Amino acid sequence: MSMIHKTATEMAQALADKSITAVELTKQHLDRIAAVDGDVHAFLHVDTEGALAQAAESDAKRAAGETRSVLEGIPLALKDVLTQKGVPTTCGSKMLEGWRPPYDSTVVSKLKNAGVVILGKTNMDEFAMGSSTENSAYGPTHNPWALDRIPGGSGGGSAAALAAFEAPLAIGTDTGGSIRQPAAVTGTVGVKPTYGGVSRFGLVAFSSSLDQAGPCARTVLDTALLHEAIAGYDERDSTSINAPVPNVVAAAKRQEVKGMKIGVIKELMGDGFQKGVLDSFKQSLDLLQEQGAEIVEVSCPSFDYGIAAYYLIAPSEASSNLARFDSMRYGIRVGDDGQRGAEEVMSATREVGFGKEVKRRIILGTYALSSGYYDAYYGSAQKVRTLIKRDFESAFNLADVLVSPSTPTTAFKIGERANDPLAMYLADITTIPVNMAGIGGMSLPSGLSADDGLPVGFQIMSPAMQDDRMYRVGGTLEAALNDKLGKPVWAQAPELVVK
Amino acid sequence: MAAISREEVAHLARLSRIEMTPDELDHLASEMQLILGAVARVQEVAAADIPPTSHALPMTNVFREDVTKPSLSPEDALSGAPAREEDRFKVPQILGDAE
Amino acid sequence: MALNYDQAVSKYEPTLGLEVHVELNTNSKMFCSCSTVFGAEPNTQTCPVCLGMPGALPVVNAKAIESSILIGLALNCSIAPYSRFARKNYFYPDMPKNFQTSQYDEPICVDGYLDVEIETDEGPKTFRVDIERVHMEEDTGKSLHVGGATGRIHGAEYSLLDYNRAGIPLVEIVTRIVPGTGKYAPAVARAYVTELRDILRSLGVSDVKMEQGSLRCDANVSLAPIGSGKLGTRSETKNVNSLRSVERAVAGEIVRQANRLEAGERIVQETRHFLEESGETRPGRSKETAEDYRYFPEPDLVPVAPDAKWIEELRATLPEKPSTRRKRLQEAWGVSDNEMASMVNAELLDTVEATIALGAEPARARGWWLGEISRLANEKEVHPTSLITAEQVAEVIALIANGELTDKLARGVVEGVIAGEGSPREVIDKRGLKVVSDDGALMTAIEAAIAAQPDTAERIRGGNIPAAGALIGAVMKATGGQADAAKVRELLLKHLGQG
Repeated sequence: MSMIHKTATEMAQALADKSITAVELTKQHLDRIAAVDGDVHAFLHVDTEGALAQAAESDAKRAAGETRSVLEGIPLALKDVLTQKGVPTTCGSKMLEGWRPPYDSTVVSKLKNAGVVILGKTNMDEFAMGSSTENSAYGPTHNPWALDRIPGGSGGGSAAALAAFEAPLAIGTDTGGSIRQPAAVTGTVGVKPTYGGVSRFGLVAFSSSLDQAGPCARTVLDTALLHEAIAGYDERDSTSINAPVPNVVAAAKRQEVKGMKIGVIKELMGDGFQKGVLDSFKQSLDLLQEQGAEIVEVSCPSFDYGIAAYYLIAPSEASSNLARFDSMRYGIRVGDDGQRGAEEVMSATREVGFGKEVKRRIILGTYALSSGYYDAYYGSAQKVRTLIKRDFESAFNLADVLVSPSTPTTAFKIGERANDPLAMYLADITTIPVNMAGIGGMSLPSGLSADDGLPVGFQIMSPAMQDDRMYRVGGTLEAALNDKLGKPVWAQAPELVVK
Repeated sequence: MAAISREEVAHLARLSRIEMTPDELDHLASEMQLILGAVARVQEVAAADIPPTSHALPMTNVFREDVTKPSLSPEDALSGAPAREEDRFKVPQILGDAE
Repeated sequence: MALNYDQAVSKYEPTLGLEVHVELNTNSKMFCSCSTVFGAEPNTQTCPVCLGMPGALPVVNAKAIESSILIGLALNCSIAPYSRFARKNYFYPDMPKNFQTSQYDEPICVDGYLDVEIETDEGPKTFRVDIERVHMEEDTGKSLHVGGATGRIHGAEYSLLDYNRAGIPLVEIVTRIVPGTGKYAPAVARAYVTELRDILRSLGVSDVKMEQGSLRCDANVSLAPIGSGKLGTRSETKNVNSLRSVERAVAGEIVRQANRLEAGERIVQETRHFLEESGETRPGRSKETAEDYRYFPEPDLVPVAPDAKWIEELRATLPEKPSTRRKRLQEAWGVSDNEMASMVNAELLDTVEATIALGAEPARARGWWLGEISRLANEKEVHPTSLITAEQVAEVIALIANGELTDKLARGVVEGVIAGEGSPREVIDKRGLKVVSDDGALMTAIEAAIAAQPDTAERIRGGNIPAAGALIGAVMKATGGQADAAKVRELLLKHLGQG
C-alpha cells in the first residue's frame, strides 16, 4: 500500500509496527519522483543508490532493535545548498557543477545519525538568491498546485517535493524567507529556527548573519520532529547557540493556546496584500481567538525599511562569501588556455559560472562595502537592523507570539517578475524582519485564497530561543483549521499527472 | 542619490573579478541605479546614535581548544580541483604581488 | 654625484615605521584543527575550513587569543575589552576564501611601547618605539611558480599551490612612526626587531625564525629635509628576512630616497622588495587600480571580549623581560656584552643558564656550548640543543672539575654522547676514557721518560724547570693522553728534587 500521501508521523508508526520497511517506503518515494518530477523539477539530483543503502541500513538497525530516532527510516529531500559527502552539491549554480564535497554538513550528519534516508538534493535559486526558484541554473521548479506558477524561493524544490508527495520531510534554508515563503505558496509547513539554533556548518553561505537551516514538512508535528533532529549546539559553528533546544515536539502536540497573547503586526497587512490572503489570515485569527487566545495589535514601524536593509546586508555578505568561487580549488574553470593569468581566468569563470541575479547582488554588495559608501549603505542598513530588533522587543513585550500573512500574495506565475528585481524583492517583505532580528518564524497553510484557489500561508514569529511558542500556536491553529475545512490544505492539492 | 556610471560598475566588476561585456555593464548600471534608489531609504532612519547590529544575537568569546584533528587526505582535498600536479593545485600563472 | 649614507643623513631626517608579522607556534591553525607543523608534504594539513570550501566555518583557536594578549601585555599595550575579526576582501590564489580574516578597526591590543637601546657616538642611548596595535590574522598558502625563470613569479607558465600554511595564526605588530632617530634609524630598526624577537621567544609564542618566515618584517621609511618639521612620503619594504637585512634595508631606502629627492624627483608611495644580494630595494608590481579591501565585521565569528580576570591571569605568567634578564645574568656570570650577545644570537642563553643551574661553572658552561658543541652542531647543520642536553653537559663539566676527566678526554665523552653511545658515564666506561691517576703507573712512565732523556733530566735537576715540558710531553704520549698533565708535572718535579 502506498504511503506517500501520509504524514511522516504516520509513516514512522507504520515502520514501527512493521507494516512497511524503510526500503519499501524509500522505493515508493523514488517511484513517485520518477513519475512526477519531470513536471515538477523539485530535484537536481536523486541519490537512488545512496538512499536505498541508507534505507537498508535503517531496516537492519530496526531489526536489531537499534532504532536511532523516531524518524528512523523516513525519507527526506535535502536542499542543494547543504553539503553531503560524495553527493553532488551545486547550490543551483553552474559554478559548482560536478562538485562532490568531501565532507558532511552538520545537518546531514545529524540526519544520518537519526536514521533519516536522504533521497536527493532539491532545486533552488542560485546560491539561495531569489524568491521563485527561477534563478536556478538548472531550470525552474514548478508549483505542484499549478505547474505554471512558482513554488517560491529560494527553497522552491524542497517545498514542491513536499507538496508533490515526493518526500514527507525536507530541509530548507532561510536567509530572508526562503523556507517560509515557499511553504506558504505550496501549502506546506516551514520553520526558520532562531539564528544559531541549527548549525550552519556545511551550509554554503549566502549571507552568514542571516542564513539559517530549518525543517519543512506537511504538518506542524512532522516539522517539529525534524526540527528536534537537526537542532542543537555545534562546536564547528561559532554562532551556534550553546543551550538546550526548546521542546518543540511537546509544543506541537499541546493543541491549546488559552491565555496566550497573539500580536498582529499592523504594518504587515496593509496595501499590496492580496484580498484572498488577508481574508484567510483573518479567518485564522478568529479561530485562534475561539481557542482562547487574546488578539492584540502591535506596531513595528521600522519594518518598512526591512527590504531596503536586507538588500544591502545580504548582498554585501554575499559579495564576500562568493569570492571563494574562483576556479582555483574546486568548481568549473573557464578560459584557462595556458596564456591567460589566474586573475583573467577567475573573471572569465565568474562571468560564465554565475547567473544574472548572483552577479547583480555581488556588484550591489561590492558597492555597499566600498570605501566612501560603507557608512551610507552597509552601515546604515546595520542600524536599521537595530531598529527592527527594537521593534520586535517592544512587540514581544505586548504579545507572546507575533503573526502576519507569510506572503503578500499567493504563488505568482513563472516569468511574471523575472525581469523586475524590485517587484521580486517585495515577495519577502513579511519574512525579512525575522531574519534581521535572528528570531524564529513559521509558515503553515491557513487555507486557500478565495480569489485564485491557491494556498495561503500564516506566519507565526516567536522570540529568540523560544521556538516552542510558534509550534504551540501553529499546532493549535492547524488542528482548528482541519476541523473547519474538513481536511488539511496539503491534502487538497490537485493530482499530478503520473508518468 | 548620485547616478552610478557605467565606469563605476566596470570598476565594481573588476573588484569582484567578473568579466562583463559593454552591454552587460550598461544594463547593470541602469538596474543598479534603480535598486540603489530603493535601498538608499535606509539612510532616512539611520541616525548617528543608533548602534549597528552585525550579529542578531549578542554572543562573545567562542573559542576552541588548541588541539589538532586529522586533516583531509590530499586526495579528498584535491578531489574537486579543476587541475592539479601531483599533490598541488595547478592554477594559471599568477601575476602581481601578494599582499 | 650620488649621495652616500652619511651625506644622506646629514641632509635628511628619516622617519621609521615597522610592521612585524609573527607566526604563532600553536599546535593547530587559527580557525581550524589542522596541524601547523612546518615542512609537511603539500596539502596534507588542510581541511574544508582552511581550503575555503563552500559551507565551511571558522572557529577561533583559544591559544592564539592568549598568545596575542601575552604579546600585547609584554609590549605594554592596553588589551581591548571588545575586539572583532573583520574580512579583508581581495582576490589572490594563495588565499582560499579570497578574503583574509583579520582585524581592522577593533584590534585586540592597542597603544603600547618598546624601549630599545643602541650604541651611539655618545654611548648607549634608549629609544622608545610606540606600538600602535597588535592584531590577529591568518597566513596564506604558498605558491610555486613553474616555467620561466626558476621560482620567480614573472614569466612563470603556471603556479602550484600548497595550502598547508593557509590559516596558520599570525600576529601583526604595528609601530607608530618613529621620529628623531636621525642617522641611527637603521640601528633602531634592527634593535627593535631584535628586542621584539627576544620578547616573543621568551613568551614562547612563536619560533621567531626569520629565515623560515615565522617572523617577517616590513619597514616603512620616509625622509624629510632636516629641520623642515615635515613628514615625507613613505615606501614600504617587504621581504626583509634577517636582522642584518632590517638594518641594510632601512639604510638602503634612506640612500635611495635621498638621491631621488636630491635629483628633484618625488617619492612614490609604494611597496618595495628587499634584495638580499645587493642590499637595495626594487619596486613591487604596481596594481592597476588602488585596492579597496571592503572591510566589514566577520559575521561567522563572534567578538572577543576578554574579561579583566583572564587578562590578569595571563599577566601573572609573563616572564622576565629579556633585556632585564640579560643584564641580571651578565652580572651574575661576569661575561662581556659580546659574550652575552653571542649566547643570545646562538639561541643558547636558556641552555647555558640551565647548565649553570645544574652546578657548572659559568665560563665552562658557556665555553662548551659555544665552542665544541656548537662546532659539532654546525657540522651537522642542527641546533646544539638537539645533540646533547644541559644535564649531560653539566655532568661532563663536573667530571672535569673533580679531575676525573681532562679537557681532551671530555671532548671524547661529548662526542660519544652525541654519537648516541649513552650517558657520559657510559661513554667513559665504553671508551675507557679515564684519567690515569694511579701514581705507580705514572711513576713507571716518568722513569721511562727520564731514562730515555737523561740530559734533560739533568738540566731539570740543575734548576731549569721549563725543560720539564719535554719529559711531561713524553709521559703524556706514553699514556695515550689519559694522564692529568698537572699531576705528571707534580710527580716529575718531585722525583727530580724540584717539587
